[in-house]
Amino acid sequence: MEGFPLYGWTMPPDQPPIHVLRPGLFTTIQDLGRYGYQRFGVSVSGAMDRWALVVGNRLLGNPDQAAGLEITIQGPELLFEQALSLAITGADLSPTSNGRSLPMWTVIPMPAGSRLQFGMRRQGARAYITIAGGIDGPLILGSRSTHVYSGWGSLAGRALKKGDQLGVGLGGTMSAQYVGRALPASHRPQYRTSPTVRVVPGPQADRFTENALQVLVGSPYRVTSESDRMGYRLRGADLIHRTSADIVSDAVTFGTIQVPADRQPILLMADCQTTGGYATLATMIAADRSLAAQLSPGDSLSFVVITPDKASDLFRSTHAELDRLLPPRSVSDSRAFL
Amino acid sequence: MNVIPRIVPLSEQGLTVEFGETIDLQTNKLVLDFAATVERATIPGVMEVVPTYRSATIYFNPLLTDAAAVTAQLRLLLATAFPATDPAHTTHHIPVCYGGELGPDLIDVAEQSGLTPAQVITLHASVTYHVYMLGFSPGFPYLGMVPDRIVAPRLPTPRKQVAAGSVGIAGSQTGIYPQASPGGWRIIGRTPVHLFSLTRPQPFLVAAGDQVQFIPIDMEEFRDLSSDHT
Repeated sequence: MEGFPLYGWTMPPDQPPIHVLRPGLFTTIQDLGRYGYQRFGVSVSGAMDRWALVVGNRLLGNPDQAAGLEITIQGPELLFEQALSLAITGADLSPTSNGRSLPMWTVIPMPAGSRLQFGMRRQGARAYITIAGGIDGPLILGSRSTHVYSGWGSLAGRALKKGDQLGVGLGGTMSAQYVGRALPASHRPQYRTSPTVRVVPGPQADRFTENALQVLVGSPYRVTSESDRMGYRLRGADLIHRTSADIVSDAVTFGTIQVPADRQPILLMADCQTTGGYATLATMIAADRSLAAQLSPGDSLSFVVITPDKASDLFRSTHAELDRLLPPRSVSDSRAFL
Repeated sequence: MNVIPRIVPLSEQGLTVEFGETIDLQTNKLVLDFAATVERATIPGVMEVVPTYRSATIYFNPLLTDAAAVTAQLRLLLATAFPATDPAHTTHHIPVCYGGELGPDLIDVAEQSGLTPAQVITLHASVTYHVYMLGFSPGFPYLGMVPDRIVAPRLPTPRKQVAAGSVGIAGSQTGIYPQASPGGWRIIGRTPVHLFSLTRPQPFLVAAGDQVQFIPIDMEEFRDLSSDHT
């Protein structure tokens, strides 16, 4: 976006330590999103798999909201001009450095002049590169997240391209104190291509026929190729409205399952708009967003309905479990990451 | 209040308070008054309030509060007579250059309504519009209602790119695209005014509840005003 002031740079960008040699399929800068401006139509955006991003940040001693790179299916090739430490979390896309295989979910030192590459996709769809100090860039309304639909965020609101140079936040390039720190193997997620996610009934569930929720949970839905950070178009059994699919626009959120007139559900994801005009049948719970974030077209998704109280319990237990494993840098930071 | 709003969970982090199911001024004013009241009440754990045409969604942090506590607070606020619309709401005078390449659908709208382009312009600029909500893209205001004669359906196929500042009609709504984006509204003109700018303390020019009055300008004024804004 032209004319945006570069708020929030913490380091002069004259010596950006990271060079983008190849951008990968779709690599964007993401943090925990842009809150407080949904009433102005500003999408929250942020990492699709927030849990994976936060694990990387906590391993490195970064604040939860530090920005990292979200990589989709096929990773970039990066050259590090200066020594720094990083962690790679989320999908396993076979990261290597100068021919050596790199461990996932572990703080790794990257010497000056080293390269990071990715290879075969082993599991999941989205990996995160978090860097000690965080990826730097302009803070726009409190976030560095890229929202390509509105052209907002770092790098003029677009995905990485060849020749880009990325800066790192203050202190990042000299921090080595957490090298070797890792998420215990027993807590590393196994991403499946046909997970079951939990949902709560949505605000317009009563606009569907009585058995629509049973139909939703009755058989899996396939993730179609019309799927991106904004939402996944799913294909499966028809979800039938009582009358019309159209409603007077209402707020929607990451996880909303809306159903247009073609009776096939759309699962809204991180870059979704703030409001929508289709009846919503259910909302995927926040604790299961990571499972959905790791899907790609051709994978499938099953649903199970739980109560909002149970969803709240899972929200809290997911945070408490990670706090126990990897405490946040600041205990005063009570902001939820999901 | 003559309606009893329904409170429904949107998620484990959101509650939607529904005031009606139609687009009408009375419902929307209730929504906006309520949203402003909730913001002023600073309920512990409440993060964000998102008003729409007919509902207000209250987002909260489940680590700090829970749905039952927030619901109780919202019911309390609903039971009190929350104040009438804040008189501080601004009326924005938005200059628009209608027709030509800046308003490629003006002639279609005129033909469909059996009017001349000049009559469409006069009618569109004759109304002081209420800002019902913002959505679709950052700062996009949904304004209503246009005079019956110039009600026009969306384009059958949305444009891949609508220029920033474009003013369009969709049904009885009218709106302004704050930045270039795809869009299906019928574009009748363009404003040189920037609807948001991150250099302003309040980045968004227009808020829900404000009023908008369009002022027709010619191409020369459009160019002058455009250069003022850059």
